[in-house]
Amino acid sequence: MWDYSEKVKEHFFNPRNAGAITDANAVGEVGSISCGDALRLTLKVDAETTIILDAGFETFGCGSAIASSSALTEIVKGKSLDEALKISNQDIADFLDGLPPEKMHCSVMGREALQAAIANYRGEEWQDKHEEGALVCKCFAISDAMIEETVRSNDLRTVEDVTNYTKAGGGCSSCHEAIEGILTRVLAEQGEVFHVQAPPAEAQPVAASRDSTMTNLQRIRRIETVIESIRPQLQVDNGDVELVEVDGNTVYVNMSGACSGCQVISMTLGGIQQRLMEELGEFIKVVPASQMSQLARAGI
Amino acid sequence: MSMADIYLDNNATTMVDPLVVEAMLPYFTEQFGNPSSMHSFGNKVGRAIKQAREQVQILLGAEHDSEIIFTSCGTESDSTAILSSLKAQPERREIIITQVEHPAVLTLCEYLEKDGYTIHRMKVDSKGRLDLDVYRRLLSDRVAIVSVMWANNETGTLFPVLEMAELARAAGVMFHTDAVQAVGKVPIDLKNSAVDMLSVSGHKLHAPKGIGVLYLRRGTRFRPLLRGGHQERGRRAGTENAASIAGLGRAAELAMENLAYESTAVKTMRDHLEEGILGVVPNAFVTGDLDNRLPNTSNIAFEYIEGEAILMLLNRAGIAASSGSACTSGSLEPSHVMQAMGIPYTAAHGTVRFSLSRYNTTEEIEGVIRAVPPVVAQLRKLSPYWGEDSPVADPEKVFAPTYS
Repeated sequence: MWDYSEKVKEHFFNPRNAGAITDANAVGEVGSISCGDALRLTLKVDAETTIILDAGFETFGCGSAIASSSALTEIVKGKSLDEALKISNQDIADFLDGLPPEKMHCSVMGREALQAAIANYRGEEWQDKHEEGALVCKCFAISDAMIEETVRSNDLRTVEDVTNYTKAGGGCSSCHEAIEGILTRVLAEQGEVFHVQAPPAEAQPVAASRDSTMTNLQRIRRIETVIESIRPQLQVDNGDVELVEVDGNTVYVNMSGACSGCQVISMTLGGIQQRLMEELGEFIKVVPASQMSQLARAGI
Repeated sequence: MSMADIYLDNNATTMVDPLVVEAMLPYFTEQFGNPSSMHSFGNKVGRAIKQAREQVQILLGAEHDSEIIFTSCGTESDSTAILSSLKAQPERREIIITQVEHPAVLTLCEYLEKDGYTIHRMKVDSKGRLDLDVYRRLLSDRVAIVSVMWANNETGTLFPVLEMAELARAAGVMFHTDAVQAVGKVPIDLKNSAVDMLSVSGHKLHAPKGIGVLYLRRGTRFRPLLRGGHQERGRRAGTENAASIAGLGRAAELAMENLAYESTAVKTMRDHLEEGILGVVPNAFVTGDLDNRLPNTSNIAFEYIEGEAILMLLNRAGIAASSGSACTSGSLEPSHVMQAMGIPYTAAHGTVRFSLSRYNTTEEIEGVIRAVPPVVAQLRKLSPYWGEDSPVADPEKVFAPTYS
């Protein structure tokens, strides 16, 4: 049995807003009957204010699909359409105190039903950008479709590349065989052979020397800008990063929220380091601020 | 879990019989010796293993006790059998299986396919039956082994393994059967059959988890999976799981005693359960070969609702069963068995397997018959395919979600 939160169980056993609402003026139907999850969302939208006055759902699906549908209807009621469109699948999962990685697609289905219903109300055509794939990396809920797509569009060569681009394989590593299988298949289609020791996707973008026209202040501001641009991505996963100090080629940062203590913190740091190197065109080492004094003592 | 809970998931695993536990206990305490040792500590353990081997031999109707090899589980037995046939006959590069095998066989064969082996996956019809003419045509001197389950774990459908084994023998092909669901539920008499190898899993017949058997007919060419010590006559190295072997021996003895009960009393309860549910719940049907299946298994498809949701509500009502829906396994598609039989998605996701054992009672079955209809009705009320008290007219058209 899945490890469902109490909130998921509660919304499954006692779903809110079950059934279609009779005077609905927005309908969204999404899902995949082959996968066993499908949802019809009906909304009553106030024409003046675009506030969602009422919401109802009909769901063919598992416990978490029904709970996600119930949660969705609770979240959207009272919101304007523009506010509702900002709801992410993570918001639905958070409302339910989380979903197992294999079940995150239920929250995605909820968000898509909402988008489809709003498009229906506005007379627009809703485009499905949904990727349907089997879950490969259970640590980060990455599907084979996502990995395959990323491998193709970025000419990835190794498991490490895949981890750098998608996070897949960055946790417990038990999916590495499956990732190698995808690489083998995609590379074979391109007439290539998968090698474990292949060089990384693109040469490390480290310039021989840094832009000497930059002042120290300009350089630090540039580093700040890069870190600011990375923060939203981390915030999506409930994490954050803060610049603490720049000492020569070493950039000290504080990781917080879900990032601190995260099992892939070194990978996240690696990603930040990579971005800084690309932007500044010089070698940069990103180190957690907690190591600042130790490193200073050691004279590094 | 309270004692009032009704356990109808015996094809997944069974309760360890209290008499089996009793038979095992000495081997956790005073009888801790290694059966390979020369002293008296090991000696008694060695005798217990010998006794268990004979008890399993009787249950399987094997000619010699040395044909019984203890392994860690059914999966190990399956892997050992198939890989042995390939190692022993490197010139043979084909394997015959069915589309509805257990993942222990299917996944291994998928893996072997990557290494260049040809896998013939025989199709089944809407009742889960094989076409033996197709089978006859596939048999050749290129085939290393046929591996066909004795009974299907999801539907209970029995396969004509005895006839298939004879056909394989006539064609000079090794025959293996995964009989983990059949052993203890239907009579088995291997000495009068052409089966070369057969897999048993202890926990399906009231022995503990972590113990299995590979039956290996005397004279069958064999290459061990695990090499090392001389245990199991060098055919499965590794210190014996003495307590579990003793437990499996006792469980085999009890299974032999209860074999008739399975095909009478258990079957009667199963049939009563089916009639009770189908008599009340509309748009539900039994999957598999109704006239030729295990006496304890009933797989019912409830249309227009999803199996995991059914199981969660049943679980709340104190009833344990399982489902072939995608969601219960975290996969993207419903059970491969339901797909192979061509069951439509709207029904395949709503399949529930009730599997009984000799520990179930008629009162329990009555309780399940009462509990199921309201659960189904509750979920159908949420279903976009369902109207007031029947499916909406033309359900697949009325509800056709994007990207279905």
